[in-house]
Amino acid sequence: MSQLAAPAPKPAAMDHLDRLENESLEIMREVAAEARNPVMLYSVGKDSSVMLHLARKAFHPSAPPFPLMHVDTTWKFQEMYRFRDEAAKRAGMRLIVHINQQGVADGVNPITHGSAYHTQVMKTESLKQALDLYKFDAAFGGARRDEEKSRAKERVFSFRSETHAWDPKNQRPELWNLYNARVRGRESMRVFPLSNWTEADIWQYILREDIPIPALYFAAPRPVVWRDGMLIMVDDNRLPMAEGETPQIKMVRFRTLGCYPLTGAVESTATTLEEIVRETLGATTSERQGRAIDRDEASAMEKKKREGYF
Amino acid sequence: MVVTIPETQVQGQAGPAPLAHAGSATGGMLRFLTCGSVDDGKSTLIGRLLYDSKQLFEDQVTTLERDSRKHGTAGEEIDFALLVDGLEAEREQGITIDVAYRFFATEKRSFIVADTPGHEQYTRNMATGASTADLAVLLVDARLGVLTQTRRHAFIASLLGIRHLVLAVNKIDLVGFDQNRFDEICADFRSVVDNFDFRTITPIPLSARYGDNVTIRSENTPWYGGPTLLEHLETIEVDIDLADRPFRLPVQWVNRPNLDFRGFSGTIASGTIRPGDAITVASSGVRSSVARIVTYDGDLDIARPGQAVTLTLADEVDCSRGDILVRPEERPEVSDQFAAHIVWMSETPMLPGRVYLLKIGTRNVAASITDIRHKIDVNSFQQIATKSLALNEVGVCHLSLASAVAFDAYEENHRTGAFIVIDRQTNATVGAGMIQFGLRRATNVHHQAMTIDKTAHIRLNGHKPFVLWFTGLSGSGKSTIANLVEAKLYSLGYRTYALDGDNVRHGLNRDLGFTDADRVENIRRVAEVAKLFADAGVLTLVSFISPFRAERQMARDLMPPGEFIEVFVDTPIEVCRQRDPKGLYRKADAGQITNFTGISSPYEAPMNPELHLETVRADPVELAERVVRFLIEREEE
Repeated sequence: MSQLAAPAPKPAAMDHLDRLENESLEIMREVAAEARNPVMLYSVGKDSSVMLHLARKAFHPSAPPFPLMHVDTTWKFQEMYRFRDEAAKRAGMRLIVHINQQGVADGVNPITHGSAYHTQVMKTESLKQALDLYKFDAAFGGARRDEEKSRAKERVFSFRSETHAWDPKNQRPELWNLYNARVRGRESMRVFPLSNWTEADIWQYILREDIPIPALYFAAPRPVVWRDGMLIMVDDNRLPMAEGETPQIKMVRFRTLGCYPLTGAVESTATTLEEIVRETLGATTSERQGRAIDRDEASAMEKKKREGYF
Repeated sequence: MVVTIPETQVQGQAGPAPLAHAGSATGGMLRFLTCGSVDDGKSTLIGRLLYDSKQLFEDQVTTLERDSRKHGTAGEEIDFALLVDGLEAEREQGITIDVAYRFFATEKRSFIVADTPGHEQYTRNMATGASTADLAVLLVDARLGVLTQTRRHAFIASLLGIRHLVLAVNKIDLVGFDQNRFDEICADFRSVVDNFDFRTITPIPLSARYGDNVTIRSENTPWYGGPTLLEHLETIEVDIDLADRPFRLPVQWVNRPNLDFRGFSGTIASGTIRPGDAITVASSGVRSSVARIVTYDGDLDIARPGQAVTLTLADEVDCSRGDILVRPEERPEVSDQFAAHIVWMSETPMLPGRVYLLKIGTRNVAASITDIRHKIDVNSFQQIATKSLALNEVGVCHLSLASAVAFDAYEENHRTGAFIVIDRQTNATVGAGMIQFGLRRATNVHHQAMTIDKTAHIRLNGHKPFVLWFTGLSGSGKSTIANLVEAKLYSLGYRTYALDGDNVRHGLNRDLGFTDADRVENIRRVAEVAKLFADAGVLTLVSFISPFRAERQMARDLMPPGEFIEVFVDTPIEVCRQRDPKGLYRKADAGQITNFTGISSPYEAPMNPELHLETVRADPVELAERVVRFLIEREEE
């Protein structure tokens, strides 16, 4: 019998990317097995790209057994919309796009209402609307624990009440690989398969697996203006110019992608994945530094999360 | 107890690899936790590790400096603890209240750190952090020495199977870098952990606040010849060679993209496997062999521990989520009773006799505690008799499960020997368990005297009984959908039973033919049987053509209101005729079968079914999911 044949050769040690990958696959399968109606939140960024790639691996040869959902604020970079539609098609998955129509009717936008209110209405409220509308009981998100302090305490399977609220002081203990996915009624789970990944891991994995990401991550000459200490790309004509102000063309790229008026570019000459990874590993500021919404105070993220933000 | 200090360092890579990030080299990954008493400086130590290993970005340092002035307890200096004390309440109160995970990497390894609280009431969080850690860094304050908390944390680390311990004697600056004090604490500690099974214990004198012996060897402790904390973390060998253990693949998800592919997806808990190897479903003993090891990146010649793979087998075997695939000659224990250590994690005490849900590997199963042998005083390690377990208490318990499961002792295999305990009312995780050994039923069952009525059955099963009545033409897809529904319900922990035309007609109803009168009697008997199953609290799936409205109404009237769910599997007769899975339509059309529903005998479609499934509009999996959703919503009404 084969099991009595020569002993198996010593396995090559798994490197840390292999370990992270396998852990993520296990988490995703657990959701598919235990949730009634799961969905994968897709935000078009690099983390979403990695998460989608992992989902394809987890269920191969099946297509991932859940749809993708993009909660659209209507203020994303134009290129993100194109990339999103192509990515869903490549994966053979259904794409749900949800926009808070009330917010649109009220004319909510990041420029006149500010980042906090815009995010509250067009992301947090909109996400809750979408989860209620489709009755999803589990939603994958690409958040990582290394992003922010309150995220560091987030469970992989994070329980949300009927009103989508997170109670950081009353989280379920999470031991071993034994995730408790049980919910009842309109309660739900947010599941974070990339919890243990760092920004550097994400980039190295994109490089290793050759995962498609939006071109905005690569440096290119782009029209930008200075706003509140950030380089903002003029992606369409909705961004008001001061009198006499004209966008400058600078060689820039983005480390993180969000609503274009809220996402700061960095000056860079990195035009290949290798160069981006090298630049990231030598970076002296964290990626969220380019996000206006996180800067106000240390507990900004925790507050948003309690209210239902990802 | 053995105290080892590694003398040789693992060689780093020769020269920097151009794109190899710190930690991605062969050293792999180390998961460790920090624990200790309230003010021993855990958070400060982690902050120091992050700071000294250059893991902080400029904006994080800016935030840290600002926060240090606002909330800090270190005067004008940077308060590293603020880096890791994440939640608002903690920043205000100056304490850590939950597990926080932190990440850093050096050229040799990447690290995941679980920072766990010292307060007694949060002991459960330490157990949580310990469950995924390879090593524990246990802090003591050099001025205070070994405390009750120190003993408790050493015990929990040992209980959760951590085999490598660092005794970090912190604030050594506050005792004047005194070697005698250090030696005294080490000796105290050795007497505490004498009976624990740690493979290495490494004491290090350090100052988290000033950085002595954290990443840089301190000039203040010339008497200390061991490694710095970081050197030790970078070089210690913690890998248990799981590849040499018996093969275990807990089946997590059945991968079925189409009728030609049936794969069993899961993460290999231990051992290795190759195509062609003989394999057994642990709980049933059914044998087959591995056909392929399927992954997105191509088939593998060999699969190893930790890999998330999909196996296909050479034969069609009955295997689903919750089963464990093993080698025939290396079987795990299979029992519906075992003894285990349980750490209780809920404000509501654990009570023997109450029914909980266990999650063991990928299996959900109802269970009750039949006996608490004793609890263990985590401070004195004494065994104490008890009737219940309160929050943060640890006990040795006997458990009785609703069905037999396959498992290994936790000591042998964490992944097949650990379980969590879930409260059925709140769904909260209320306990964590580590299996010691299986028990034989005869000697260990403790019966409780009570009237066993329908309510009692429902309490034990943890869900309401329903009768799902699938009606539709022959070949409409009733059994296909019912089978999918049953499999899903089973995986969700429901007790189910399926009655279908084939299994009932061969036994109970074998005296009946297909005349109208026999059809009525057939349905009457099945309805009565379904009622008995419902009385037993079992969720019963009936798939019968059941062509007449009156008989379906009769079945409905037997059950209490709301328990009968009529599912109309609606497939046009042309489609059924085309599918003709049993060749019956061909025979009926040829006049070889009389009284064939839809051809020579009527089918009365339901007027108001609870569920109307149109099989030409959706595939069976989707329809089955609709049924399950409906059922769960109905149960919550």
